[in-house]
Amino acid sequence: MAYSDKVIDHYENPRNVGAFDKNDASVGTGLVGAPACGDVMKLQIKVNAQGIIEDAKFKTFGCGSAIASSSLVTEWVKGKTLDEAATLKNTQIAEHLSLPPVKIHCSVLAEDAIKAAIGDYKAKMGKEAAE
Amino acid sequence: MRANEATAKIENAVRDALKSPRSDGAPIYLDYQATTPTDPRVIETMLPYFNARFGNPHSRSHAYGWRAEDAVEHGREQIASLIKANPKELIFTSGATESNNLALKGVAYFYKDKKNHIITCVTEHKCVLDACRHLEQEGFRVTYLPVGADGLIDLERLKAAIDDKTVMVSIMAVNNEIGVIQPIREIGRICRERGVFFHTDCAQAVGKIPLDVEDMNIDLMSISGHKIYGPMGIGALYVRRRPRVRLVPLFNGGGQERGMRSGTLPLPLCVGLGAACAIAEKEMGAEAERLKAMRDRLYNRLKQRLPEIYLNGDLDHRIPGNLNISFAYVEGEGLMMGLKDLAVSSGSACTSASLEPSYVLRALGVEEELAHTSLRLGLGRFTTEAEVDYAADRIAAEVERLRAMSPLWEMAREGIDIKSIKWAEH
Repeated sequence: MAYSDKVIDHYENPRNVGAFDKNDASVGTGLVGAPACGDVMKLQIKVNAQGIIEDAKFKTFGCGSAIASSSLVTEWVKGKTLDEAATLKNTQIAEHLSLPPVKIHCSVLAEDAIKAAIGDYKAKMGKEAAE
Repeated sequence: MRANEATAKIENAVRDALKSPRSDGAPIYLDYQATTPTDPRVIETMLPYFNARFGNPHSRSHAYGWRAEDAVEHGREQIASLIKANPKELIFTSGATESNNLALKGVAYFYKDKKNHIITCVTEHKCVLDACRHLEQEGFRVTYLPVGADGLIDLERLKAAIDDKTVMVSIMAVNNEIGVIQPIREIGRICRERGVFFHTDCAQAVGKIPLDVEDMNIDLMSISGHKIYGPMGIGALYVRRRPRVRLVPLFNGGGQERGMRSGTLPLPLCVGLGAACAIAEKEMGAEAERLKAMRDRLYNRLKQRLPEIYLNGDLDHRIPGNLNISFAYVEGEGLMMGLKDLAVSSGSACTSASLEPSYVLRALGVEEELAHTSLRLGLGRFTTEAEVDYAADRIAAEVERLRAMSPLWEMAREGIDIKSIKWAEH
């Protein structure tokens, strides 16, 4: 399969690979996919007091398109508010990376991952407020 | 273009074709189970039959035909010699897919009034499984034997599956994905004792391991040209004469190949398949030793550098030129993308829309998450030690890079059991 230049670039030079402490109150973690399906993404966001995502990290088990989709999302969400980041659509990812139809699920997974990370962060905040 | 210019062009092309298949800049070829380059010696033998020594082998009225027939029959003798058969028992086909279809459907249709049951195995090549599915739709009964974790069938299960309606057992000699060698001699003996025909798909076995249709009680054997350094588009089917195996042809026509396979024989291809068999017969022993040494070198080098890699299929009952390895926590397609300078194939079929990992690995009981991490590495006649060393280092480096960005590797390092997590299947 021929990959687009953008997919190759993110695969060869992935942005923001790494991990934050998932127990840190300012960190939201999204873990989506399944090893049995051949794709797992872990996406983390670090949110400041103003509700802005100041940093993001990912780790992905999957094909080049999955790695590229998650790498791209970490780039895009940095500096955005949680609400802005939540509007990110898989179609934007697929279009930017020129993913072929069989790889659309990779962009869907990346959208799920950022939503899960935001959800995790909000749940943590809610818990803290309740305590 | 003037005539002499055209001739010079052809001469250059021929000179290139007769070089060993290694070109600068191309990826290192480690996919010898997919196909093999045609041996330059085979090409050289074939060349005159495209032109200077052309002819229709079925023409009876002139020297062109007689000469072509002699060349075809010589090729047939060379194939027969390699598998210890009588040349009259070999018919040319377009390849192993046709041979398998002809063996399965041809025998099933011929004996259908008396017997309607076929036994095969879950790890057979797609063309055998698909032909069996087709026969099931037509009312035949098919038993698909399971395999153990080593990839081999259980002979007791085979014995138990044979009943008085069983017409044929079809078990491949060597698996195309994991290279394991089935106990062919034992299967042949069981089939002969029970009066059941034994067909074996030997596309990956011919020229790689010694085969003897008498000693192994093989009744039908499928042979492929392009897996044994012969040309693509040619294969053969061995059909035993005593005791006689009969079959209904798939093609109707001029009645060539003793009525079993009509169609003009492709003279240069028949010559090429014969030449490939002759080389295999002469060099198989030395080649197997050389490949086994390189295969072990590759495997050991990978094992030394990488923890948590798993060989799929038995190592001892295996052809020398195959490795199929799961690199835990690194997805196979992602890994291949990082190995652009190596031509390898992935055990997972993730490139298709299905996202299903290899059915062969699943049949061995390899967990889906591990099946997604496998690569097939195929070594062959033109593989060098330097290529193997380079490949091992490149694979190890890429696996290490991708593990560093794998959430599963991270969890495993932290001691988290990946199976304890509730994954959302998608």
